[in-house]
Amino acid sequence: MSEFDGAAFVRFVTTFADRLHERREELTELDSAIGDADHGINMDRGFTAVRAKLADLDGTDLGPTAKAVGMTLISTVGGASGPLYGTFFLRMATSIGDRSALDPAELGAALRAGLEGVIHRGKATNDDKTMVDAMAPAVDAFEASAGGGISAGLEAAATAAAAGRDRITPLVARKGRASYLGERSADHQDPGATSTTILFESLRDAVAEG
Amino acid sequence: MKKLINAPDAVVSEALAGMAAAHGDLLRVIEPNVVVRADAPRLGKVGIISGGGSGHEPMHGGFVGRGMLDAACAGDVFTSPVPDQMLAATKAVDGGEGVLHIVKNYTGDIMNFELAAELAQEEGIKVTSVVIADDVAVQDSLYTAGRRGVGGTVLAEKIAGAAAEEGQDLATVTALAARVQDSVRSMGMALTSCTVPAAGKPTFEIGDDEMEIGVGIHGEPGRERRALASADEITEALMTPILDDLPFSSGDRVLAFVNGMGGTPLIELYVIYNKVAQMCADRGLKIDRNLIGSYITSLEMAGTSITLLKLDDEFTRFWDAPVHTPALRWGV
Repeated sequence: MSEFDGAAFVRFVTTFADRLHERREELTELDSAIGDADHGINMDRGFTAVRAKLADLDGTDLGPTAKAVGMTLISTVGGASGPLYGTFFLRMATSIGDRSALDPAELGAALRAGLEGVIHRGKATNDDKTMVDAMAPAVDAFEASAGGGISAGLEAAATAAAAGRDRITPLVARKGRASYLGERSADHQDPGATSTTILFESLRDAVAEG
Repeated sequence: MKKLINAPDAVVSEALAGMAAAHGDLLRVIEPNVVVRADAPRLGKVGIISGGGSGHEPMHGGFVGRGMLDAACAGDVFTSPVPDQMLAATKAVDGGEGVLHIVKNYTGDIMNFELAAELAQEEGIKVTSVVIADDVAVQDSLYTAGRRGVGGTVLAEKIAGAAAEEGQDLATVTALAARVQDSVRSMGMALTSCTVPAAGKPTFEIGDDEMEIGVGIHGEPGRERRALASADEITEALMTPILDDLPFSSGDRVLAFVNGMGGTPLIELYVIYNKVAQMCADRGLKIDRNLIGSYITSLEMAGTSITLLKLDDEFTRFWDAPVHTPALRWGV
């Protein structure tokens, strides 16, 4: 695929919603170890609402669809995940503007804008043991590999997100609710980095299907 | 899971409907899950709203009424409410003098209240925020999300609420709430875990001979797991970090608040209070006011938290001022 259009975006979000629903228990389980046992529940609730919202849109309008996804997440997820994932999609929408399809560089810019929004809203930096530790390497990897096309970029991004997720498991959390645990947060897989990895895997697979 | 519920998804809305049915003279419930003082907005009065995840009852909805909160936003159990709720609450209570947001320091609460404050300001409502972060179990450093907001929140809501009821302006009410935050410290512990209805099983497993020291109010594991000890030893383990942190020193007057986590009977809270009173006396602190009961809870968790507020004449006067809410009522 050389261009990322509205149909690809809808497939991406639908795939992400399906996988969050399938892996709801796993995410909640990870969150009970170092958080407050609601990550899977909240994400599933938010993306169930997103799915309903997508049914109301025709989905061909890329930017407005991304914006609707972001607004729906902010209004339905709660916790920290709502504002963070919501901001990711809103900033993507702003970067997309009124383009109907994105080339590899434009998709990279949209993902970069989403990442910067998450960092701005959550004030997390590298190694704080948060979703940023999966998202930042994924965006970097996309930009480095997208010369070979969108599929190659997304393959690299999904691999980098998973590597980021696994890399921070031994670390002590410095942001979010896991940081209250101090040393006890070490050696637990981070739920936010896990859902972010699912996001990039969904993006990769949705594009591969198209 | 054994709970008095109809369906996990309906717990929050049905509980709010029950509150509205029970306390229609004090409050009403508007969409989306916001408890609003019955006579809001009151022209010329600063509005005060708070909110957070549900599961901490009576906080916050139980503190809506005369002399305390004007509105409370109820999120899902242990999940921050969303910006739409705080925006609706802010608009519902704005009497033209601005609205104070009292926010407990949790990442999600902070972000959702921030978004709501930005939206309210875009609509021309003046909003200030005070973040309560009084839990000494968490190190306040660059390497954590900062201290959690726990028992001190109840005291800040009462004291700021009294000042707003008296007609103080937004800057004064905000500064007062911030001063409560600077003068209050808390710490909590758990004997048992609790079960989030949507999760269906306890958040953590804990043995009959174990306890969690330094817990927050979301059924999250604490700072440290220890062997179960006597009430006096537990009280010491909570009180010593509190006393040393502010620090509280000889001659100080304090408000001592012994709180139940939801599953601990009052008789045990008085056993704890007995030791709190002894320790305060030993340190030369005078307990001028107290509050004993379950006011900020974690569902059915057994356990307690202790909060000390250093009092001055202004705090004492506003603490004593009339309050009429479902959970706190005196002077009326």
